[in-house]
Amino acid sequence: MDAFTTPLLAGTATGALLLIAALGLALTFGQMGVINMAHGEFLMAGAYTAYLTQQVVTNADLSILVALPVAFVVAGLLGLLLEVAIISWMYRRPLDTLLVTVGVSLLLQQLAKDVFGAQGDPVRTPGWLEGNVDVFGYHWPYRQMFTILLALLALAGLGALLKYTAYGRRIRATVQNRDLAETMGVSTRAVDRVTFFVGSGLAGIGGVAVALISGTNPNLGTTYIISAFLVVVAGGLGQLRGTVIAAFAVGIVTAFLTDWLSSSMAQVLTFALVVIFLQARPQGLFTVRTRGLA
Amino acid sequence: MTVLLKHARSWGPLLAIAVLAVVLLVVAPAVLSPFRLNNLGKYVCWAIAGVGIGLAWGRGGMLVMGQGVFFGLGGYAMAMHLKLEAAMASGGPDAIPDFMVLYGDATMPGWWEPFRSGAFTLFAIVAVPAVAAAILGYAIFKRRVKGAYFAILTQALAVAFATLLIATIKQTGGFNGLNQFTQFFGYNLYDPVNKKMIYSIAAIVLIACLVVVWQLYRSRFGELLVAVRDGEERVRFLGHDPANIKLVAFVLAAVMASIGGALFAPITGIISPSDVDATASILLIAGVALGGRALLLGPALGALAVGYGRTYLSESFPDQWTYFLGLLFIVVILFFPSGLGSVWSQVTSRLRKEGTA
Repeated sequence: MDAFTTPLLAGTATGALLLIAALGLALTFGQMGVINMAHGEFLMAGAYTAYLTQQVVTNADLSILVALPVAFVVAGLLGLLLEVAIISWMYRRPLDTLLVTVGVSLLLQQLAKDVFGAQGDPVRTPGWLEGNVDVFGYHWPYRQMFTILLALLALAGLGALLKYTAYGRRIRATVQNRDLAETMGVSTRAVDRVTFFVGSGLAGIGGVAVALISGTNPNLGTTYIISAFLVVVAGGLGQLRGTVIAAFAVGIVTAFLTDWLSSSMAQVLTFALVVIFLQARPQGLFTVRTRGLA
Repeated sequence: MTVLLKHARSWGPLLAIAVLAVVLLVVAPAVLSPFRLNNLGKYVCWAIAGVGIGLAWGRGGMLVMGQGVFFGLGGYAMAMHLKLEAAMASGGPDAIPDFMVLYGDATMPGWWEPFRSGAFTLFAIVAVPAVAAAILGYAIFKRRVKGAYFAILTQALAVAFATLLIATIKQTGGFNGLNQFTQFFGYNLYDPVNKKMIYSIAAIVLIACLVVVWQLYRSRFGELLVAVRDGEERVRFLGHDPANIKLVAFVLAAVMASIGGALFAPITGIISPSDVDATASILLIAGVALGGRALLLGPALGALAVGYGRTYLSESFPDQWTYFLGLLFIVVILFFPSGLGSVWSQVTSRLRKEGTA
């Protein structure tokens, strides 16, 4: 039982982390065609926000709860800055946004190294997150459950935003047909900015969860970003359900492969599996049907 | 007159290649110290990979973010041979590399055995990346995976490859990579004359790659490649299979990267995961983007410039080098998307437009 339960539960938690990271990526990729390689550094910004919050709010029980909204805003503002300063100048050049954000990612990583040092900083776990719950003889840490809870909340929040608010309707209109939405009076520029803020903010929240599991680290973003991108690629564009399924699939499959082989072989095989999967569904799990010519 | 101009246009690039050849093969060895010349050799290896990236990305529109993998396949193939040469020189025909003794069981994995042969090594340097790129490219292009999907997949490949190298410490030297070579196909690597010889080989290979690519760009294949980049569906409607055209460019780029890596190992004396991982691949891209990805000489000159800048800046400002690299990406892509090499043609075409208006 244990050989099955352990990777399943750990993989679900990893999948939840990947989901939070991938939600923002899928959102900006689907809506604006922007591939934000600096997204991992927004995750890192969230983690450092959690660390800094603990310097101010010394009560560990409370500090994480304070850190969550703060991290959302900090990472969101970073994303907004990136959008206004750089991305907005290069719409419809998706591969170029990819390269520019690689540059931004390098800058932010070096900045974190210079400000916080190359060594990671520990983040204290609040008392109510310590301990585990027994699942079929496996001790499942509360921290992993907390990550899954956060991911579900982020997903529900984003889903509600897209489905029930006027802003969400504008996003969906922009995703489906940018020019037509513009013609109907939607300010796609404003929509893009809010989207970037929300997407980056979600990465900030993911960063707090990462900080609880592994502390902060200037290279933290690079650890997750490639897997998060594989999730987006496997899930398909602009489709939340694809992202959700792909995130948990990648997380759980990686956990099982890690358990059987080694973490490096797991990474290689997960990559191979995604390429094989793309043979069956080249546009990812779910696709928006279009008659456009590429 | 017009005939002369036409000739100038088609033979001009060849002239530029000739100038570069004279600079690399005659001027540089005469004026540079052996140490600096060896450094230049390192940049030349990156430039060889850069020419391939220019072919795949600049002309073919395939942003290969994991070219370090192919650089590494060639680099490690060569390094394995050099390692075995060094071992055999000091310990007889059955000797095995020192690190394998150091890390444990003192048995050599079977797949190292063929690399005792120099001829097999040279064959593997071309064949292994070609086969790997053909399989990967076939899987990706036939299913019409492209654009950002392709870029991200190749970068994931580079991450996976570097992780694998670090993990298999007993077979590949792990994080430290392969180093401490003493021989190069029978020549003593400590002899400065031989070092100069390897530099010259690298420079000649770079010039040869440029001539090959120049010829390719003039050919029907070159035109089809650009057509695929600019309108893949239209090429398909005209009866060509874009996947095959892209595959050829991708495989050629992989082979060039591999040859660059194979020369990199004896020139620098080391190949390690940090020479082939995602960051190393991005550095290769940086040179090509800086020089001008769609130009003939742009990728090579850009790679040389980035190589020089990397050495110069990390000597003068060891910690700030990353800032320069980051800013380079942002400024070049934002303001000169076709690279610095095309600034001149951008300016002249704007002037010409204003002149006719």
